[in-house]
Amino acid sequence: MELPDFSIALPEIFLACAAMALLMVGAFRGNNSTSLVSWLSVLSLIIAAFLTQYEFRETFVTFSGLYKDDAFGVFMKILCLGASALAIIMSLDFNKRENLARFEFPILVVLATLGMMVMISANDLMSLYLGIELMSLSLYVTAAFRRDSVRSTEAGLKYFVLGALSSGLLLYGVSLIYGFTGTTNFDVLAQVFTTGEEEVGLGLIIGLVFLIAGLAFKVSAVPFHMWAPDVYEGVPTPVTAFFAAAPKVAAIALFVRTFMEPFGTLVDQWQQIIVFISIASMILGAFAAINQKNIKRLMAYSSIGHIGYALVGLAAGTEEGVRGVLIYMAIYVVMNIGTFACILAMRQRDGAVEDISELAGLSKSRPWMAFLLLVFMFSLAGIPPLAGFFGKFYIFVAAINAGLIPLAVIGLVTSVVGAFYYLRIVKIMYFDDEAEGFEPVNRTLSIIMTVSGIFVAFFVVFPSPLLDSAQAAAAALFS
Amino acid sequence: MLDWPILSTVTFLPLVGVLLILLTSGKEESAARNARWVAMWTTLFTFIVSLFIWLNFDTSTAAFQFVEKEPWLGGNINYHMGVDGISMLFIILTTFLMPLCILASWEAIQTRVREYMIAFLIMETLMIGVFCALDMVLFYLFFEAGLIPMFLIIGVWGGAQRVYASFKFFLYTLVGSVLMLAAMIVMYFVAGTTDIPTLISFNFDTHLQYWLWLAFFASFAVKVPMWPVHTWLPDAHVQAPTAGSVILAGVLLKMGGYGFLRFSIPMFPEGSDFFTPLVFGLSVVAIIYTSLVALVQKDMKKLIAYSSVAHMGFITIGIFTFTSQGLEGGILQMLSHGIVSGALFLCVGVVYDRIHTREIARYGGLVHRMPRYAVIFMIFTMATIGLPGTSGFVGEFLILVGAYQVSTFVAFFATIGVILGAAYSLWLYRRVVFGELVKDDLKNIMDVGKREIAIFAPLIAVALWMGIYPEPFLNVMHASVDNLMAQHELALNASKSVLHAAK
Repeated sequence: MELPDFSIALPEIFLACAAMALLMVGAFRGNNSTSLVSWLSVLSLIIAAFLTQYEFRETFVTFSGLYKDDAFGVFMKILCLGASALAIIMSLDFNKRENLARFEFPILVVLATLGMMVMISANDLMSLYLGIELMSLSLYVTAAFRRDSVRSTEAGLKYFVLGALSSGLLLYGVSLIYGFTGTTNFDVLAQVFTTGEEEVGLGLIIGLVFLIAGLAFKVSAVPFHMWAPDVYEGVPTPVTAFFAAAPKVAAIALFVRTFMEPFGTLVDQWQQIIVFISIASMILGAFAAINQKNIKRLMAYSSIGHIGYALVGLAAGTEEGVRGVLIYMAIYVVMNIGTFACILAMRQRDGAVEDISELAGLSKSRPWMAFLLLVFMFSLAGIPPLAGFFGKFYIFVAAINAGLIPLAVIGLVTSVVGAFYYLRIVKIMYFDDEAEGFEPVNRTLSIIMTVSGIFVAFFVVFPSPLLDSAQAAAAALFS
Repeated sequence: MLDWPILSTVTFLPLVGVLLILLTSGKEESAARNARWVAMWTTLFTFIVSLFIWLNFDTSTAAFQFVEKEPWLGGNINYHMGVDGISMLFIILTTFLMPLCILASWEAIQTRVREYMIAFLIMETLMIGVFCALDMVLFYLFFEAGLIPMFLIIGVWGGAQRVYASFKFFLYTLVGSVLMLAAMIVMYFVAGTTDIPTLISFNFDTHLQYWLWLAFFASFAVKVPMWPVHTWLPDAHVQAPTAGSVILAGVLLKMGGYGFLRFSIPMFPEGSDFFTPLVFGLSVVAIIYTSLVALVQKDMKKLIAYSSVAHMGFITIGIFTFTSQGLEGGILQMLSHGIVSGALFLCVGVVYDRIHTREIARYGGLVHRMPRYAVIFMIFTMATIGLPGTSGFVGEFLILVGAYQVSTFVAFFATIGVILGAAYSLWLYRRVVFGELVKDDLKNIMDVGKREIAIFAPLIAVALWMGIYPEPFLNVMHASVDNLMAQHELALNASKSVLHAAK
């Protein structure tokens, strides 16, 4: 028997071993080792990122076609790894102060990241499910991580029950697809559809709808978004910061790969569903966020809206659209990390606060943090010359080129509605009188927010590195 | 021609000032003083450098000059800068008004001075950028980015209703702009480029032109502003600090008119032709209606804001006559309005700084205590009415001549607007400056000081210069305006002959 080529999955294998080893370190040294384990986790994520870079721009398939490594995967994996590493770093200080400093947290993040990498590289409906479950199970645990808090455990339970339901839907969809095509492999599926020997039957379409429903849940797109606001609000803030970035990237990557590679030729069948999901997400994200008082809840609705925009690019169903999605997700992750670094810095003498009104007068008490949050807000709203504008721009270019002009116009109009609530935060920081103010920002957080702020503000000057690598990654899916 | 990138230099020079202000630190008071001086010198220096554009400008050609082109976003989207006879004077207008704005804020702004100066300098960069950009994406970038500093200027340093005004300003403008962005992307899709000179010579399908024209119109009509989407302007003007009003009236409104000249007319000639009655209709309503509204205002700034809407109505009429008089008059009127209405807001600022109210009824008889102020205010009141010898006359006269050639009705209603304009301006002047000095707090009011004279002297000089000898200004435009008209004519004839052929 011939062994499969392990070297292609080296980053994943490395990460799995590292997670196991760190678990041992933690188990033997107890909770004193939290910061050591955290930094080692960050280190292993960085090493894994370097390992993925190793075979950039070539496509390899291994494990009997279950697993694929290409430029698209590398792009998305590096994004996920970076976002996870930053989430761990941001959690350190918070968890220590809130008495949450347990060594399991960074390890769970690493395991979730491993799941994401499997998702991104999935070339078969089975490995897709495997990746999703590995990620989701780790996420359920991190959601309920603050086990003494009712809110957190409730959020964790809610997330788990709904997540399990969506996994069920997804599996059901997978089984239907298998039943009607006789394969779960992406390459074979693609072949079946391009040769067009068989009619696209109703059963297959139903399977596809279930698959979309399951994936939409993972990216929290309307109408499968209900869990997001409650979970975002209930879980500890560093966990929210983690949820808002890396898992979304992985799920979107999965979405894109699944609908571009195996089901790429069925674009007529799934395009309308994606268009609907995307419009609904953009509208709900814009309108529901207006009245929010809790900043984490607001960010939940904001992320629903942003996923709507990213799906516009997918709905286009073209290489340009995929490129738009990639650029959008990269910029989205940076903006989100910056924003959450600011949210984590919202800390008064008696603990962390989450009310938007606590930001009042921040421009006087902490001008630099207020300025950075202003940059992130305008960028999330998509106002040029900040990075967020370019994310939207490429998405809409792709949508219009694909003939989806109404979709683009709806997206642009909802972005004006969305601008309203981002402006409200700026207004509270800059126009209102001073509230109690915050404790000094700790160093790692201020470095993270400053660096992401610089990226967001100066993307306009040096756009080509990101644009080029997104181009290369998108091309890999269509070669 | 110069061998250094003068347009980029002028555009980004104010950012150097921002950097310097950021570097200065120290106690609140000294930091504020440093910030004022840095802003002053930066804007003055920028103005002087920008004069080189005018000095080296070749008036004999309609082509874009001082062109710079660098690859930027890829896919035919470049960093492309350049000016022609239409845009060049707007740059000078911007750089000319900026030092005066800084000077006007010298004592009026006492809180967060550093941030204020930074916001103004960033604003300057973005405004100049709008007039220099020769790439649609670049244009949109500058056009939209200006919302951020202006939002903050109104919201942080504005009056009592500042939050409402700043949100209204931001969201109104944004709604219009996103539609323009959609149109730009469609054009990028159809023509494969966002390069403005290329797009000007590109022929869009007639039907598509109508839609594109409407999308651009949505943005520019809000910016100009045209009736009925003008309602953000009185609020924004009243609530903004004096210098903010000057920038709004002086430069931001001109971006709308400039947009018509740069995009709507050359790129969509048939669309422009088709919608001309709409523009005329809205402009006439704006002129008559907002003049009547201005008559009953109790707040000085609001009155001037409504008069701005009326004056911009003249400008849109002038632009859409497609005659050389109308177009040149429109451009000249924009420059003149930038100077005159800016100056009028500064006049309001002078008394506001002393009494802290803008209510007209609170004033009266100022001539007894402030003779110099009375003279200054008189000159600008006359200029806004369009008295011969002031800048307002030349522009208005040319527009009316142009309008008369196209439609006597439009000319008739526009002329009624001139009369109404005289009514509200003179009445305002009478109520504020003449009459008995009875209010107690006005009895000790001080006349304009040296700093204020330094603000008004250049404005008066330019207003009179443009009124008495407008040739240097018109001379710059001739070639570009003629070219614009010729292109327009050509495109219309081409489409007509196609129609005939089809029949």
